[in-house]
Amino acid sequence: MNFLTISFNSLAGTLPVDTVDSLYHRYEGGGMTIDGPFILVRKSVGNQFSLSGHYYVDSVSAASVDVLATASAYTEERTEVSAGVDYLNEKTLMSFKYTNSEENDFTANSAFFSVSQDFFGDLTNFTLGYARGWDDVGQLGKSETEDADRHIYQVGMTQVLTKNALIGVNLETITDEGFLQNPYRQVRFIDPGNTARGYSYQLESYPETRTSTAMAFRGLYYLPYRASIKGEYRYFNDSWGIESHTYDLLYVHPLDDQWIVEGKFRYYSQTQADFYQDLFPFKDSQTHLARDKELSNFSGTTFGAGISYELGQGAITHIDRLKFTLLLDYIQFEYDNFRDVVAGEGLAVGTEPLYEFDAWVTRASITLEY
Amino acid sequence: MKLYLLMTILLSSLFSLSGCADLKPWVKPYERNNLADPIMSLGRHGVAGSYVHHVYQARESARGAEGGAGGGCGCN
Repeated sequence: MNFLTISFNSLAGTLPVDTVDSLYHRYEGGGMTIDGPFILVRKSVGNQFSLSGHYYVDSVSAASVDVLATASAYTEERTEVSAGVDYLNEKTLMSFKYTNSEENDFTANSAFFSVSQDFFGDLTNFTLGYARGWDDVGQLGKSETEDADRHIYQVGMTQVLTKNALIGVNLETITDEGFLQNPYRQVRFIDPGNTARGYSYQLESYPETRTSTAMAFRGLYYLPYRASIKGEYRYFNDSWGIESHTYDLLYVHPLDDQWIVEGKFRYYSQTQADFYQDLFPFKDSQTHLARDKELSNFSGTTFGAGISYELGQGAITHIDRLKFTLLLDYIQFEYDNFRDVVAGEGLAVGTEPLYEFDAWVTRASITLEY
Repeated sequence: MKLYLLMTILLSSLFSLSGCADLKPWVKPYERNNLADPIMSLGRHGVAGSYVHHVYQARESARGAEGGAGGGCGCN
């Protein structure tokens, strides 16, 4: 995963503000604990350039249902760094960013470029983006690596509708080519010869290409009192046969000039990939085989809450804004065609309970603008 | 392809509207106080917002169109 650009909601007519944004993140659920720091520093040079860089770490402790079924729990670390520059020329903002991510068996690189333009009295913003990614996928114990290449095409538009409302549309197409699977993950197939459990495992086999398209519509409305509500819908499909819908709702409510609380609801559902099965009928039963639960039929529901405290200009010398934020999300995942072979040990093959799990996502950040 | 067609129609409508001589920006600069309020930002949480997209990309097949300029997921 690459955080190529962090310039959300950037306005084309202005450079991003100088900032030091530091976050502690933690994900806990389904036997996985992933946490670490995320720091972004941004500094303008003159009034046309802004330089940025980020440092991000995922410290992973993994004992997921996949890992427990076919391997042993493990720990690993992923480190990501980036360097970027933004250039402003009148109402046009151009951004470039290079990102590198390293794990002991995986390297990801990417280069991103975008152009953003305000027009129609600054009521409309239009953005075009392109990114190219190239990965080296290794496997512990093997010296050779496999390649995966990626092209990302983005189009985005935001439009001010009234003095209280704005909408946005985003379209993104991604094409991948190369080794797109996890080199360790396995599928299971019915094996009468395995008298202990009735099934055996073989390695996954994915297609070497994938093309996906996502389109999102979002709207933001300023309520009659000082509060805002955001609604969002995203449609996604890909050449592997996966189709998904995402619905998002966010309510933001300031308590006073310094304290702001928010509440969030999100619902996600997807259909499974054409070559996914929880249990294949026999070994090598088809060319492409997957039993990654993220490629199965499932849904996820998120409830989130957050609070932030902000000190504005004048509170601290040389600091324009200082903000402390705590965000907590609770996510429930329910799988319709992925069985829990760990909990179902001893049961007849194919009758194990369907898998489900809950996750907690914590984000604690300090944002300083200067 | 349907998505591209829809996007093309949307964009061409927008450009034809903005090219129309009678149509002027209808929200004046002095009427944009509410829009400038931080609670009306699509990306109010900076890196904390980017991080949550990373979480969803790792747990779901859908990717892209998250609302910020980005590069997708390079995870396997």
